[in-house]
Amino acid sequence: MEEIIPSIPFILEGILITLKFVLLSGVIGFILGIGVALAKLGKSKALGKIAGAYTAFFRGTPLILQLVYIYYVIPQVTPWNIEPFVAGVIAFSLNSAAYISEIIRAGIQSVDKGQFEAAKALNIPYFKAMRKIILPQAIKHILPALMNEGIMLLKESAVISVIGVSDIMRRGQIVAADTYNYIGALTIPLILYFLMVRVLEMYGSRVERRLSYSD
Amino acid sequence: MIKVNQLSKTFKKTPVLNNITTEINKKEVVAVIGPSGSGKSTFLRCLNGLEQPSEGQVYIDGTQLNEQNVTQIREKTGMVFQHFHLFPHMTVLQNITFAPMETHGTSKEEAEENAMKLLETVGLSDKATSYPNQLSGGQKQRVAIARALAMHPEIMLFDEPTSALDPEMVKEVLDVMKQLASTGMTMVIVTHEMAFAREVADRIIFLDQGAVVEETTPLQFFNTPSTERAQSFLQKVL
Repeated sequence: MEEIIPSIPFILEGILITLKFVLLSGVIGFILGIGVALAKLGKSKALGKIAGAYTAFFRGTPLILQLVYIYYVIPQVTPWNIEPFVAGVIAFSLNSAAYISEIIRAGIQSVDKGQFEAAKALNIPYFKAMRKIILPQAIKHILPALMNEGIMLLKESAVISVIGVSDIMRRGQIVAADTYNYIGALTIPLILYFLMVRVLEMYGSRVERRLSYSD
Repeated sequence: MIKVNQLSKTFKKTPVLNNITTEINKKEVVAVIGPSGSGKSTFLRCLNGLEQPSEGQVYIDGTQLNEQNVTQIREKTGMVFQHFHLFPHMTVLQNITFAPMETHGTSKEEAEENAMKLLETVGLSDKATSYPNQLSGGQKQRVAIARALAMHPEIMLFDEPTSALDPEMVKEVLDVMKQLASTGMTMVIVTHEMAFAREVADRIIFLDQGAVVEETTPLQFFNTPSTERAQSFLQKVL
């Protein structure tokens, strides 16, 4: 077991990379997801169709395939070489936006129609009403579903190790290959992911409690 | 002030309003009454563009309401709903100041000062920092009235403002509306409160099956209704 100890800091450094990756993909995916949801609910039929096709595609194909596709195909058909980390963020944001857009669409539809009408009658512009009146109420309803999505994102981020991003998972594998100590090298990531998800869950229930003041 | 010309509204082939023509003058208080399903609410909602007429026109101050100018026209109207529709995640004060600040660009200080004045007139100064879920139905509706008034409307539309209230809370809302009527506000009120309509309204519009069946003074409508339909309606509700 001792041979693993010098490698522990190396694995722990992966935490920052994994967190940075999840935070970036999550935030971009969330904002994009709101946009896609609004397109689905909006007046424009064309935009609605595009948003529907987008969701169908990203939910209908494996995430790992989307990832390697972006990483290997884009440099072949365009002049850009993509960093593995960036390719990962693109794939994960696009993918989670597809799922988040469905969650947000359901959330917006769960808000009482009267809220839209009151906002209209008060002449509050559409996007302002969405941002300040409808979405805050919608998000309260869908917080548990969003939390699920966040947890999925955090755990599935381990997939980016396949294109060489040195996240927790990848570092665990490197150490395992170096030391042949699979138990040690893979148990540490196991514990790290579990702890990170626990923290996320606890934070989520705190936010949920904080938002319940208006029930 | 409001002119309605041959207004008809059809929802998916179901006719709701049928060829309504009427006029509402400045400072007039008009009560719209009729059996449920007669199209009263739809009529009211056509007046501020929450519903688009299938046929006919609505003019506010001589301007025909259409999809392009609906926001300008709505500037002149305030609306109070049966189910209040207060914003649950905002305090009473925020409910009232939100639209003036976001839509008119009123400063926070000015909006709050005005809101406190309005809360005083509806008798809820002590509730400024409460959330809607901490209020009774009657209090919620009075906040909703204050919220609509904060936009300085020239016309107030009321869609069954007391229908969702417990009986003991109806009076406090009607009192606020009476007070508003006495200030000379133009008001169109869809209501089932016959005593209130009789006392406060200058004119009664009686709708049945989407059409104006009778349009007259309260005195005449309640004492000597001229149509059989109005007579049988009044027999049931009085």
